[in-house]
Amino acid sequence: MDLQAVKSSPGVVAVYDANDVPGINDASPVAGDDPVFAEDIVEYAGQALFVVAANSIQEARAAAKRAEIEYEELEALVTIDQALAAGSFVMPSKTLLRGNPEQAINSAPNRLNGRFEIGGQDHFYLEGQIALAYPREDGDVHVFSSTQHPTEVQHNVAKFLDIPDHSVTVEVRRMGGGFGGKETQGAWFAAMAALAAKDTGRPAKLRLDRDDDMIMTGKRHDFVIEYNVGYDNDGRLDGIDFTFASRCGRSADLSAAINDRTIFHADNCYYLKDVRITSHRCKTHTVSNTAFRGFGGPQGMIAIERVMDEIAHKLGKDPLDVRKVNLYGKTDRNVTPYHMTVEDNVAPEIIRELEEKSDYAKRRDAIRKFNETSPFLKKGIALTPVKFGISFTTTFLNQAGALLHVYTDGSVMLNHGGTEMGQGLFIKVAQVVAQELQIDIERIKITSTRTDKVPNTSATAASSGSDMNGKAAQAAARKIKERLIKFAADHYNVDRADIIFKPNRIDIGEKTVGFAELVQQAYFNRVSLSATGYYRTPKIHYDAENYSGRPFYYFAYGAAVSEAIIDTLTGENKITRVDIIHDVGKSLNPSIDLGQVEGGFIQGMGWLTTEELYFDEKGLLRTHAPSTYKIPACSDRPEIFNMELYESGENVEDSIHKSKAVGEPPFMLAISAFNALTDAVYSASDYKSFPNLDAPATPECILKAIHELDGKVT
Amino acid sequence: MRNKIRFVQNGQIRELENVDPNQTVLNFLRYEDAQTGSKEGCAEGDCGACTVVLGELKGDEVQYQAVNACIQFLPMIDGKELITVENLKSDDGHLHPVQQAMVDANATQCGFCTPGFVMSIFAEAQGKARSDLQSINDVLAGNLCRCTGYGTIIEAARNAVTSDTSSHFQARKTLTAELLSELANDEMLATSGANNQFFAPTTTSELVQLLDTHPEATILAGATDIGLWVTKKHERLQTLIYIGQIKELKQISDEGDFIRVGAGVSYSEAWEILQSLSSDLGELIRRIASTQIRNSGTIGGNIANGSPIGDTPPALIALNATLNLQSSKGVRSIALEDFFIEYGKQDLLSGEFVASVDIPKIQAQQRFRTYKISKRFDQDISALCAAYSLRLEGNTVATYAFAMAEWPEHL
Repeated sequence: MDLQAVKSSPGVVAVYDANDVPGINDASPVAGDDPVFAEDIVEYAGQALFVVAANSIQEARAAAKRAEIEYEELEALVTIDQALAAGSFVMPSKTLLRGNPEQAINSAPNRLNGRFEIGGQDHFYLEGQIALAYPREDGDVHVFSSTQHPTEVQHNVAKFLDIPDHSVTVEVRRMGGGFGGKETQGAWFAAMAALAAKDTGRPAKLRLDRDDDMIMTGKRHDFVIEYNVGYDNDGRLDGIDFTFASRCGRSADLSAAINDRTIFHADNCYYLKDVRITSHRCKTHTVSNTAFRGFGGPQGMIAIERVMDEIAHKLGKDPLDVRKVNLYGKTDRNVTPYHMTVEDNVAPEIIRELEEKSDYAKRRDAIRKFNETSPFLKKGIALTPVKFGISFTTTFLNQAGALLHVYTDGSVMLNHGGTEMGQGLFIKVAQVVAQELQIDIERIKITSTRTDKVPNTSATAASSGSDMNGKAAQAAARKIKERLIKFAADHYNVDRADIIFKPNRIDIGEKTVGFAELVQQAYFNRVSLSATGYYRTPKIHYDAENYSGRPFYYFAYGAAVSEAIIDTLTGENKITRVDIIHDVGKSLNPSIDLGQVEGGFIQGMGWLTTEELYFDEKGLLRTHAPSTYKIPACSDRPEIFNMELYESGENVEDSIHKSKAVGEPPFMLAISAFNALTDAVYSASDYKSFPNLDAPATPECILKAIHELDGKVT
Repeated sequence: MRNKIRFVQNGQIRELENVDPNQTVLNFLRYEDAQTGSKEGCAEGDCGACTVVLGELKGDEVQYQAVNACIQFLPMIDGKELITVENLKSDDGHLHPVQQAMVDANATQCGFCTPGFVMSIFAEAQGKARSDLQSINDVLAGNLCRCTGYGTIIEAARNAVTSDTSSHFQARKTLTAELLSELANDEMLATSGANNQFFAPTTTSELVQLLDTHPEATILAGATDIGLWVTKKHERLQTLIYIGQIKELKQISDEGDFIRVGAGVSYSEAWEILQSLSSDLGELIRRIASTQIRNSGTIGGNIANGSPIGDTPPALIALNATLNLQSSKGVRSIALEDFFIEYGKQDLLSGEFVASVDIPKIQAQQRFRTYKISKRFDQDISALCAAYSLRLEGNTVATYAFAMAEWPEHL
């Protein structure tokens, strides 16, 4: 690699590669295997080699093009099948085993097996990866980073620059979307910007354009899934053997936890008595795949939902009936394959309510009648439920902190470790504080997330943001409230029980004092008006080696009915109607929660329909911009979109105001859209052959599945 | 000739000197003008985060159109009014009714796409103000949102276009029209950067002369393709000749047996008449890209660039359209089919430009259909675009024309 021409290019201030790293050339979340700059070997097309600091972005781009690099081309493992054949893995394969699945399958009255391929997904946050670093005194740096995980960026920047954590401050005001794509992926760019800022003494901004962002950063894992199933004549599973193989890309990133979550969600809402789940984490020479809303869960759930449909086909039943006989019980058949008892199962109630409200049975009949007389347009319908485990499966991450200052005018500064990416976290946490102190939300300023205000935070991920930061902020607010009560009781010489917080005022015995007034009095009487709050999720414990324990505090539930129409001549398709009931417990903010439900569904629908990542045989991503990578557009939203929050929802656990997490779970409601499309393709065989429809169900994929139906008898 | 760019913003004429002709409107706004409300989401006109609105004088009225600032070159806004999201708030700090409608409907989550949506809805509210779902989908097809799932944005759009959207734009409409008509009298713009130049002739005779002097020049119409040469391929374009100010090339005329569409006519401008020729043709135009792109892109450009993924050539070839090519030697008319020689090679002589295309009207005995298949219905490149034209004599097919365009490889 010769960078002389880059360095002498107009406007260039500095050029850095692996040789210029003061500390450790790594920005990985866990394994230490993500070099910021490639050394000796490049393992995927798009891996960074060097960074150019120039006076303008145009000059930096022009300069970077002048690098002279000679590659010796090595053989590339691109697909999952190639990696499996070569035994190439980023970490050892894992197996969960309960009972004796072979025996259960072999002795079952009916058996089926199949293979199913599921594509990946680019996050396509509208704002790409970006970091801006300022040099500070003493060799410190202050990094503004678009990240879901400021603490991890801080640690990575510090070790990259070989300075202590306390010398790096990472700040996030908000992100233009994250979806998991900014949980680990922002660290490299923050590290590069920080190096340039520290070395040159000038602020440095690094922003990826869309193509670079899509080529360089990780995505949702694509999977190849095989299943071998035994079931009785009602469709009840006797035994099941799943093999999941995912494309992890060149490094481990978060693939261990992601693939674990696939294992944890291969049951979805169903009791799997005798079960084996094998998980291969394939190393390929492609971008390292990463967190994405659902975090491996969706791929596990769509697999079991495929199995449900296929069993229904074999038995000539309505798939919904097969789903119902397999649901977890309330008192028996209620232990997950990982030995956690399901204590809060509301899936049967939600399904029942949705079935009725969506008029499922009648519409299913009408669709079958329509298909009888419609030669080319075919419709399909499917109802699928969701059960999603809430908590980081890496137990120690389930902790959060908050910082609350009350100023003498009664205004409040709120800070916590969670980051805002459009999910409404800041508003929800502010509501919690407003409720606790009984003040108008306008009095509360939610300040940007900073590692110097609340340290050692976890990523805003796993849907846990409101649960954990809400509780931490509540704890901080309660400390202050407690001090104010104690002060008021002493100062006014009244009983504590006679001090009542009312909207923007406090009744103290006979007297009423405004919130600001009481705060000021407390200050003059030397009462601390600043507090930290801390929360750790209770009850959870988990033995990662044996897949045993209680990895989740609770489950979030939901269900959706989707209706689809396809054109069997062109493969064109549309989701025409969706009905959703989703459980958010007691909602902290119904508007925000419904926004998450709808947004999650549409994003999931995109994953399973139009969003196709195409890597060529050399591992080059050929769909790296919105011209070729198609996320749902406005007209893709089903014209009939009925959604509601589960009215009787209430978290049985002591979550923040009895609410439930909502970030990820609704994403998987979109599995119903895919299964509705499958049902429509299925009808093209007059319901005689079950189609091998893979995801995403693009027009090409649907046509292929229809053509395969010809002559296939199962 | 004039080397200063002149445009209207915020009720005033702004003048810019020494503009790099390759500078996009978006980069000018963000890097030089520090107006960072318009966002870059893709730099290729596919996501709409950069959407701004251009005002142009049509008769005495100012007509507003949304465009993608990321692929419009700065000199292209010469003579127009530029409206960015920063300009929407009233002087006393009130949100514009469109912005307020977005707030009221909870139509923003991460917020990055929001300014673009606001500008698209603003343009529609100032214009046709249609509120049916199909129209709203058309208006918003060029704006991607990854958070909301669109329902709340559709609600905001419907509320915004159906409620009273009077604002300071109405109040100063007359002033804006006066300023724009003042600019309309400007002489030809000829501006140059460090090593490149930009001409905006106002007549075809100026264009002919320029092409004789600069035969190597790139002819620029809507920049919906050429813009990407700069933003995606990072090329420097030396000489650009912009035909968007030539009134003669912006004419649509009914010539009896055929419709003549000037090379500078945008898809949006041609939509209505092509729809009246054939509903299939209308639907094809509707499915081309997005409102923003159709407001800028031209049928002339779609033909002249010879792209294998252009959507209009198959239909126009099947309809037996004629292409009029002009140069200092006069006008040369050829069958459109003969214009395309092979991939990347067109029958365009040095000094020649596409002046217009003549589209024959559909006869009583003729059957015409055109189809587009793509991964996504709106704003997508055709996997396959095909057109068929049959002429029947009784029950017999007398003549048959079929044209098809497809993606050369899986991309």
